[in-house]
Amino acid sequence: MTENIPRLRLEHVSKAFPGVQAVNDVSLEVWGGEILALVGENGAGKSTLMNLINGVVPLDSGKIYLDGQPVTMDSPRRALELGITMIHQELALIPQLTVGQNIFLGREPRRWRFWIDWKRLYAQAQAELDRLGIDVPVQARVADLSIAQRQLVEIAKALSYNARLIALDEPTSALTERETETLFRLVRALRDQGVALIYISHRLEEVFELADRIAVMRDGQLVAVGPVQAFTPAEVVRLMVGRELTEFFPKVPTQRGEPVLRAINLRAGREVQGVSLELYRGEIVGLAGLVGAGRTNLARLLFGADRLEAGEIWMDGRRVEIRSPRDAIRLGIGLVPEDRKSQGLFLGQSVRFNAGAGLLERLSRLGFIDFRRINQTIKAIIERLRVRTPSLNQRVRNLSGGNQQKVVISRWLALNPKVLILDEPTRGVDVGAKAEIHALMSELAAQGMAILMISSELPEILGVSDRILVMREGRIVAEFSREEATQDLIMQAATGQLERRVAA
Amino acid sequence: MNSSSNHAPQLSEFLRRNSTYVILLAIVLGFAVLAPEFLTVNNLLTVALQSTLVALAAIGMTLAIITGGIDLSVGSVAALSGALAAGLATRGGLGTYPGLLIGLMAGAGMGLLNAVMIVWGRIPPFVATLASMAIARGLTLVYTQGRPIAGLDRAFTFWGSESLLGVPMPVWVLLVVAVLVHLLLSQTALGLHIYAIGGGEETTRLAGVNVGVVKVCVYVISGATAALSGLILTARLWSAQPNIGVGLELDAIAAAVLGGSSLAGGVGGIPGTLAGAFIIGVLSNGLNLLEVPSYNQQVIKGLVFILAVMLDYFIKQRRTVRTRRAPLAG
Repeated sequence: MTENIPRLRLEHVSKAFPGVQAVNDVSLEVWGGEILALVGENGAGKSTLMNLINGVVPLDSGKIYLDGQPVTMDSPRRALELGITMIHQELALIPQLTVGQNIFLGREPRRWRFWIDWKRLYAQAQAELDRLGIDVPVQARVADLSIAQRQLVEIAKALSYNARLIALDEPTSALTERETETLFRLVRALRDQGVALIYISHRLEEVFELADRIAVMRDGQLVAVGPVQAFTPAEVVRLMVGRELTEFFPKVPTQRGEPVLRAINLRAGREVQGVSLELYRGEIVGLAGLVGAGRTNLARLLFGADRLEAGEIWMDGRRVEIRSPRDAIRLGIGLVPEDRKSQGLFLGQSVRFNAGAGLLERLSRLGFIDFRRINQTIKAIIERLRVRTPSLNQRVRNLSGGNQQKVVISRWLALNPKVLILDEPTRGVDVGAKAEIHALMSELAAQGMAILMISSELPEILGVSDRILVMREGRIVAEFSREEATQDLIMQAATGQLERRVAA
Repeated sequence: MNSSSNHAPQLSEFLRRNSTYVILLAIVLGFAVLAPEFLTVNNLLTVALQSTLVALAAIGMTLAIITGGIDLSVGSVAALSGALAAGLATRGGLGTYPGLLIGLMAGAGMGLLNAVMIVWGRIPPFVATLASMAIARGLTLVYTQGRPIAGLDRAFTFWGSESLLGVPMPVWVLLVVAVLVHLLLSQTALGLHIYAIGGGEETTRLAGVNVGVVKVCVYVISGATAALSGLILTARLWSAQPNIGVGLELDAIAAAVLGGSSLAGGVGGIPGTLAGAFIIGVLSNGLNLLEVPSYNQQVIKGLVFILAVMLDYFIKQRRTVRTRRAPLAG
């Protein structure tokens, strides 16, 4: 790059919240025309750092320079005017409005001051999308778009502010592989146009594929920064966690026991079109497939969250009717849902409440809840799962993603289910907690639980599963043993280039 | 994403978008068959006149509901405005038009009070307007000493009793207000921001929209349309009654919800709300024509309301489950 002044320069930036030094004396430069990957465990201070740059929270000390000029970021609006935008994990689009309306919200082209010039608004929105090669109808309501499309719209919105620095926070967590590629192309194109990009991701493969430089944060401090060539993934992980992780996916080989759950020809709508499968005690079954293949729908059917249209479910050799999650729980089936914030947790409630919510009936006498026994049970499980929380009274909202997920799992462990279904159990979870969750799954299987894990991360599927099922368009199209499975084979099956009849 | 079987979705999509009108049409046809005098010009004008009071209040209510809020004070505000206008016009000696104007401004003022509590006091709309509902009703009773105010002149009663081109004045007022607010919602930035706030308040704020100002506009308009409703009822009754408008807020909410507004915010519109208000008006009128006792009418209205909302829910539900959630879920 020809520039010799960094687009953004942070000088000894610090920020403390009650009880935490979230960002501690960080100095960092971001240049126009580069992709800087910012990595670190959850709680390392990445989000706070981004919020400082973006004007969401004020600095305690330090200085921010934009193109060499000192600036004060007192609001996101101010940051936006200066050309700094942030694309969050939780998308900031309004589902009820159209694509065009979202892009120009708050600065709609007007006529006579008050009236919106709809023609111009949609023409300009179309131009923004065209410029980026994004193929999404401008008049479509955002609610009708896929997550990937929304992400692209969000980027178009950011760029329409003439953004010169864009921070992307976990942008691929909900994308399929192909959509990820589209996003990467866009990000690279932006870099080549001279935009400065900060890319936050837990997926190290992405970081190494995309970034020019890597900055690693740990405990609020910047522990390393340098060109991507200077690091290996293992080093980055070590820097992030501050210790050596022996293995990404620890797997204890287990003895497969007798069958627990058997599903025969399950059907529901377009999403599940005749699925048969068997789960055995002591085994982890990985369920792979593209987003939209029907994996979540299948999980919800087994858990009674959606209605079965046809098919049979057998548990321990008995035909069972699962009409509601209540039925499923009684039979010993648990589900850790994909969207833990809206379906798995009571965010505003305490760890105690969240972990104990399933126990209320089981541990009550004459209709009165036995709080003492619930407390004992929960305490033991929370310690066993190593949930990092100051106390059982901590609100779950304030825990990191990994710890939140552990709280969801702890609720199920308290019930000691025979079958546990985990839908994307490590999405948005940092590497340390991820390894812990994998180890836990392994341990549970070793104790005889049957585990069905849905994951869109192939390394996770390959690393954790004893057996792998691949779904495509509502059917299970292939089955692999741990030994025979490879990324290629799974992808071929998921995309329809390979079918292997399953011996169900 | 879904290429097969396009006809059923198209039909259900049509029903989804127009469920309010379909229900209105069904009820109108039903009464036309059951009561021959229903479908006469005279009777339809009566229906329009009767629907006006609810419709006006429902227009303001719709705005509040679209932002994700609610305005429970509309009935009390209607009474306060009517009483103030009548009192000032007669015993206050200000004359009819200053009285009407002050009555209208009192309504807008109560809306402003609501907005101040909601925006700066950070009180949830339900609670804030519940409080102002009591305040406005109380002020009305204090001002009127609980007694009607009579002696309105022709200029005042003109707005309730006269017609222009065969159409009653209240219906003209409703038409003008409905068109103006519809244009506001569908064509102006303020209107778009009203929807945006209901869809995501924080996102809207971060986009640089002054959310507080938008809410002030919404509650002031709601107060003003409630006031218009009260003024017109006062003009129709030839006197201010301190107890008018009791339960008006519930009819207004019902009209907005029947018209497709979502209490979760972000969805709704004036044409739907008008249709919703007409459903309520047609039901009252038709049941009267069929000589159904008024106590029984309440039960029937409640049942129709539930049916309409459930029908709407099922139409939408089918669509969402079948096509919309599919591509999002894994």
